[in-house]
Amino acid sequence: MSVIAHLLAGIGRRVLAALATIGRVVLFTARAFSHMLRPPFYGRELLNALLHIGWLSLPVVGMTAIFTGAALALQIYAGGSRFDAQAVVPQIVALGIVRELGPVLVGLMIAARVTSSIAAEIATMKVTEQIDALTTLSTHPMKYLVAPRVLAALICVPLLVGLGDIIGILGGYTVAVNNLDFNGAVYIRNTVDFLEPLDVISSLVKGAVFGVIAATMGCYAGMQSGRGAQGVGRATKSSVEAASVLILAANVALTGAFFSI
Amino acid sequence: MIRFEDVHKTFGTNAVLRGLNLEVDKGTSMVIIGGSGTGKSVALKCVLGLVTPDSGRIYVDGQDTASGGDRDAFLARFGMLFQGAALFDSLPVWQNVAFRLLRGALKRPKAEAREIAVEKLRRVGLGPEVADRFPAELSGGMQKRVGLARAIAADPEVIFFDEPTTGLDPIMSGVINDLIREIVVEMGATAVTITHDMSSVRAIADNVAMLHAGKIRWTGPVAQMDASGDPYLDQFIHGRAEGPIDPVR
Repeated sequence: MSVIAHLLAGIGRRVLAALATIGRVVLFTARAFSHMLRPPFYGRELLNALLHIGWLSLPVVGMTAIFTGAALALQIYAGGSRFDAQAVVPQIVALGIVRELGPVLVGLMIAARVTSSIAAEIATMKVTEQIDALTTLSTHPMKYLVAPRVLAALICVPLLVGLGDIIGILGGYTVAVNNLDFNGAVYIRNTVDFLEPLDVISSLVKGAVFGVIAATMGCYAGMQSGRGAQGVGRATKSSVEAASVLILAANVALTGAFFSI
Repeated sequence: MIRFEDVHKTFGTNAVLRGLNLEVDKGTSMVIIGGSGTGKSVALKCVLGLVTPDSGRIYVDGQDTASGGDRDAFLARFGMLFQGAALFDSLPVWQNVAFRLLRGALKRPKAEAREIAVEKLRRVGLGPEVADRFPAELSGGMQKRVGLARAIAADPEVIFFDEPTTGLDPIMSGVINDLIREIVVEMGATAVTITHDMSSVRAIADNVAMLHAGKIRWTGPVAQMDASGDPYLDQFIHGRAEGPIDPVR
């Protein structure tokens, strides 16, 4: 009986700790948004974050999208040929990329590139007392470090997802036209005719949500970092893990919200 | 000017401050000494609101620091030199020094802020060529001096120095000690310094306070420190392994 009680107590403690963490993350996110809306605003920090999160992520987002689109076209062609449905390659590539793979893969790449970088930077600042120094210099760390990064992700990631969608479709187009004997004009027409506004809207909304998750988790882990190199390492690792899992979970929720029948 | 009244602070099971009572007079230089982990830095951070005390009161010019009010105006009265300088890696030296002058209530035009930063750098013995470098390009001693320039950039009334000579060679330590003393005298600021370095104590202090087991063990003018008769203070200032302070804490 006491073994079962210990087991249940252990599970209870973990559940409570997990709930407390969720509560802290939600409060942290709410505080980040509240600081976004109240002056002072740090325009230069926002520009730096836009550059870092948006512009500098373009190569990795582009590569991910083009290879995924190309592989998807090959897979659909091979799978479709089993029941003589090769002609649906443009439609399925468009649907798969825009509704699902574009936002999810861009979100995960942003989690890998941006979340880790934000977490490591802020954790290092915390360990080296730069966060304390900011406070003593009358500058709120949430306002100076967190709000610009979350806002930049909210602006940039939907744009990256939109671009990733286009590049992914182009990846499928390139393979289909060059290797699978599709007609280029017909491929494009089929893609455009098949996609609906809701497909694109859902993709961009997912991008915005994933961007906020990626940036917020990086900032949160950095601000909660423990001491020393190990603390920075743990913060970086836990931020990417949490952001990735949350992005995948949010994807299910958003897909359900947009497309549930 | 600054008064601690029965301040307690515990981290987990570690009771760091256990009833800290201390008074720092306006325009004087107080040096707080004590072993590692005795709560010296925590005491300073409690004044600035970086750490919230569990109980007790801290007054600055008679005003309770926990009473709210304009926090930016309160913090603008302070400058702090951190142990590792805590310079912002992403900003060049002059923007580190002029950080407070480039934003917030004390904001000045960029050219004026840069001019002040270069002047403060000169004050701590660094030439204008350092202004456009990044902190990572500087030696430890130069970083400390930049941190010192940042601490004094807005002419604060109170300056905190957290282990200003840790990690520096003896000559650079002497340079930093002299700078701190000069700046405090010249600016008429109130200074509180935390250090283990007894040469710093003798160079910087008007008054000394020894923190042990979360409380002030001894406090008085630096001239009386050697004749205090307190076995804890004696052991500390002479660096003896034998004595009432357990070397393994």
